[in-house]
Amino acid sequence: MLSAHNLHVRRGRKAVLSCVTLQLEPGEVLGVLGPNGAGKSTLLGALCGELLASDGNVSLDEQALSYWSGAQRAQRLAVLPQVSTLDFAFAVEEVVGMGRLPYQTGRRRDDEIVAAALAAADAGHLSGRSYLALSGGERQRVHLARVLAQLWPGQVGQTLLLDEPTSMLDPLHQHTTLQAVREFANRGAAVLVILHDLNLAARYCDRVLLLEEGRPVALDTPQRVLRPDTLKAVFGLEVLVQPHPERGHPLIIAR
Amino acid sequence: MTTLVKPRGLFIGLTLLCLLAIWLSLALGPVSLPLVDTLRAALRLIGLPLAPEGLEQAELILGQIRLPRTLLGLAVGGVLALSGVAMQGLFRNPLADPGLVGVSSGAALGAAIAIVGGSFFGGLPEWFGPYLLSVCAFLGGLGVTALVYRLGRRNGQTHVATMLLAGIALTALAGSAVGLFTYLADDATLRTLTFWNLGSLNGASYARLWPLLIITIGVAVWLPRRAKALNALLLGESEAGHLGIDVERLKRELVFCTALGVGAAVAAAGMIGFVGLVVPHLVRLLAGPDHKVLLPASVLAGASLLLLADLVARLALAPAELPIGIVTAFIGAPFFLYLLLRGRA
Repeated sequence: MLSAHNLHVRRGRKAVLSCVTLQLEPGEVLGVLGPNGAGKSTLLGALCGELLASDGNVSLDEQALSYWSGAQRAQRLAVLPQVSTLDFAFAVEEVVGMGRLPYQTGRRRDDEIVAAALAAADAGHLSGRSYLALSGGERQRVHLARVLAQLWPGQVGQTLLLDEPTSMLDPLHQHTTLQAVREFANRGAAVLVILHDLNLAARYCDRVLLLEEGRPVALDTPQRVLRPDTLKAVFGLEVLVQPHPERGHPLIIAR
Repeated sequence: MTTLVKPRGLFIGLTLLCLLAIWLSLALGPVSLPLVDTLRAALRLIGLPLAPEGLEQAELILGQIRLPRTLLGLAVGGVLALSGVAMQGLFRNPLADPGLVGVSSGAALGAAIAIVGGSFFGGLPEWFGPYLLSVCAFLGGLGVTALVYRLGRRNGQTHVATMLLAGIALTALAGSAVGLFTYLADDATLRTLTFWNLGSLNGASYARLWPLLIITIGVAVWLPRRAKALNALLLGESEAGHLGIDVERLKRELVFCTALGVGAAVAAAGMIGFVGLVVPHLVRLLAGPDHKVLLPASVLAGASLLLLADLVARLALAPAELPIGIVTAFIGAPFFLYLLLRGRA
């Protein structure tokens, strides 16, 4: 389980993230929202240890990140970056199989997990194709399958960090991807996901963290965070918020 | 299907190619030996109890001249190809070359110092004389690579892009120093320097062979242990880190293996270009980018291709001998262009 206490990150003299305290609960999907440059990716970088916090700390299972060995940490924490550059013609299942690197579960079990993770990311049909022959959205789903395979099947104590996993996906796959993430969290893992689409966040997240200029503005349920006055203040966007006619979660409509 | 051949087929094919190259390399030359005699003499040399009748000459030529030359070719080709794989992994670019980290230019500088400045190294023990060139080239390659690596480090992290640029800058600097030595050289040393820069397996001896052979075997055993980590590195440095790999250590190992391997190869046989660039690429085209296959297959392919290039060098203008660097560049450069243009289409 991942938690951050009073996290600050500086880039040169500029504070790019300040005063973030949060704890990811088992089974929850926490959405991170905010305008461009609000510090969303910085937060993700600090949470996975890629960026050094100038103040505050991050702990994984009650221990500092640096306490864990590489493989131990990788078995508890997986990260999907915004874009991955891979210029080599690996087969799709080889890319996903790299997610099994921290384990010695054996070829047979790894193959089963790779197939299951590909199916979960709705990319099972891409199996056998060359990664370089895929479209941007298909590549994004393959990388999602890779990080799912890294924690498969997902359990309490594990954390998945996703940086805009839907940025290149068509409308259908935006939903299938977040449904897969939701199901993954339902098995016990905690998920933090950076999103730009307010309605996707409203539908799939248990809690939402709203960031503005590196500071947390709100951290609560979508109903409480996604309100016209808050969204106007943070995004400068005039919106109507209505309950979804079938599901009841907030539906955000630009005016 | 993403690969043209299965790993098993590839290894069988490359092993056969390598054995054929060894056989031809032992048999052909200024004095061509009958292929059957070559085989029998070679088998006797590795200890098989065959009748020695009529093999005296073959055994003499094989043991004294052809075998060390063939082993040198195997080791140089194998280690250059391995270093190419290491560098293409480090820079995550299939068109990277071992020369990028400055090892070749450093070795060239070391060699130039030894060749042109050799007479100033008075007081060196007599027995060291023949090794002076190799030792200087090896140390020059290691030294410049260490400097490139050092320049690429900031805040405890190695920045590969900075290393690449530092490699270009130091290659230019070493080139100007080599130019200065070339200018200062007299006709005889100039000729030695020029030929050394073109590479040759000529004059192979067991004494020059052993250090390279040991380093080649060391690198060939070590790198495949890191095959999975190298695969993950191709995803990106931070992605590999998230998969639990100690990326800084891996980068250090890759640079160190390349510096040792290329340094030793250049020290033993001079500058031989394009093998490190083209061989891994060729293997990838056939069998895909997985380093579990790529590393061992590149050793076999690099060793075979270098022996075949050496055969061309020996036979093309026989009894005169071409520098092998000319042959590898003549074959390698057009192939490299083909790869570039193919990628654009």
